[in-house]
Amino acid sequence: MADVASPHEPPTSHATETPHAPLEPHLMHHFDDMEQQREASTLGMWVFLITEVLFFGGLFTAYMVYRVWYPTTFGVASRQLNIYSGAGMTVVLITSSLTMAMAVHAAAHGRRTRIMGFLGLTLILGVIFVGLKFMEYYHEYLDHHIPGHGFQIEGADPNNAQIFFSLYFTMTGLHALHMLIGFGILITMIVMAWRNYFSERWHTPVEISGLYWHFVDIIWIFLFPLLYLIDRHK
Amino acid sequence: MSETIVPPRVYYAVFAALMILTSLTTAIAFVDLGFFSPVVALTIAIVKASLVVLFFMHLRYSTRLTWVVGGAGLFWLGILFALSLSDYLTRAWGRL
Repeated sequence: MADVASPHEPPTSHATETPHAPLEPHLMHHFDDMEQQREASTLGMWVFLITEVLFFGGLFTAYMVYRVWYPTTFGVASRQLNIYSGAGMTVVLITSSLTMAMAVHAAAHGRRTRIMGFLGLTLILGVIFVGLKFMEYYHEYLDHHIPGHGFQIEGADPNNAQIFFSLYFTMTGLHALHMLIGFGILITMIVMAWRNYFSERWHTPVEISGLYWHFVDIIWIFLFPLLYLIDRHK
Repeated sequence: MSETIVPPRVYYAVFAALMILTSLTTAIAFVDLGFFSPVVALTIAIVKASLVVLFFMHLRYSTRLTWVVGGAGLFWLGILFALSLSDYLTRAWGRL
């Protein structure tokens, strides 16, 4: 982003056509104004997130097909998961979305320390989430729920129950991978804020990082009921 | 259209709603609603996701073009679900 920070130097003959250029150091030459540039950036992020929706959509489709085929086994397997752990992780992740939204709000006002504070909180909550996820994986390991030779389960067909646990590990694992990428993004944003990159006029990177973080939150909002909740009552 | 700055009280209200819905969906999970258990759980999830998209992701304050992009994504997701399931649910192949 270093080249973005350097002011444009339009030829003097064009100075009247681009009067904003010297005033807007972050405006790239191919955009008319800051607003257009900002909308292009956020729209690009939305398009990327749509591809992510379809990426996860394939796994959700697989889950639906197998759950329709083996409803009883999926019920038994789902009840092996700890609902309170899942609910706690949901609370942590939604709280991190709130702090992320507050970081974007602070960025819109150009308040550097608040941006760094809220991004830091978001990062801490994200690490807690992944920590809880890791604890959960460890318990599944102790309970012999990792698909493969050592797989054991009471009261269900182990072959079909392994399909549930394969989906559980793939879907939550891919989600956790997105969280880890989010950590990298958050750290980058904290460093950029620390170096005083952002202002009231230009804070688009914080904004689109927020879009990404909230999207990862939404995936979990659907994973939680599908994996932990819908077979609990049986 | 210039950037809309959402006041923090909106975020706090959305956060409170998300917390209430999370508690609600967790509590309802223990009640046997039969066929409606997944329906209720997924309806609550859709409401929660909509709150996040509309307010945290600012879709409510975004341009129509952003709405169209979001809508196109959901439409394609719908095709993925509907066409896949129309095949798997009407035939028994693959099932052991």
